Amino acid sequence: MNKNVTVRYFAMFRERAGVSAEAVATDAATAEQLFRQLQDRHGSAEPLGHCKVAINDEMVQWDSSIAEGDVILLFPPVAGG
Amino acid sequence: MMQMSDMPILPERLRAELEDHAAGAFVSFEGWIRNENENQEVLRLEYEAYEPLCLAEGLRVIDAAREKYPLQKALCIHRTGLLELGECAVWVGVSSPHRDAAFAACRYIIDQVKTRLPIWKKEYYANGDSGWVNCERCAAHGQDTDRDDRVTASAK
Repeated sequence: MNKNVTVRYFAMFRERAGVSAEAVATDAATAEQLFRQLQDRHGSAEPLGHCKVAINDEMVQWDSSIAEGDVILLFPPVAGG
Repeated sequence: MMQMSDMPILPERLRAELEDHAAGAFVSFEGWIRNENENQEVLRLEYEAYEPLCLAEGLRVIDAAREKYPLQKALCIHRTGLLELGECAVWVGVSSPHRDAAFAACRYIIDQVKTRLPIWKKEYYANGDSGWVNCERCAAHGQDTDRDDRVTASAK
């Protein structure tokens, strides 16, 4: 059964997707599955280990499950400093 | 304390916030915008950040530093927005009873901030190109290759 979530893109992902956020209906069970389903949108060929994900403003692991109404933040490789 | 700012960083003002009579040492680190990266002439940098998580994660980094080292005060501030050559992009300062802990804690905080906080930088080059700097390149070429670094220290 599909879940309705909001996906937010940042930096390189946002530029590739052409939007900063969008509503997505998905059958993905985990953040990793959602990331791979959206590969065509954010266009990332980065190894997953280089990217980060947050759900509802909490940094989480890629195997974290996603639920109806979640806001999922997809972070490309960070480069602070 | 962790701060994000779209205004210029003023190190002298920040240094004053770390003064503490129980501290015998103060160490700070400044990351500056450099004019070259990977053989490309850089004109300016743009920082993007997801501030809610930068603040939360930055606090976790500073709390972890406090657990590892005896610190009086610790502060990190990171810029967002468009920065010109020579501007300070990130400032870390710590005060501690002794210098060893101050040096180590300052180094720990900047290293963790660079790898954990959701911050991204886009370089604008002299040839008109631009590009996001990512960790794959950082990892391949070592840390701190993208700007001049300066460490200042003083002991009372």
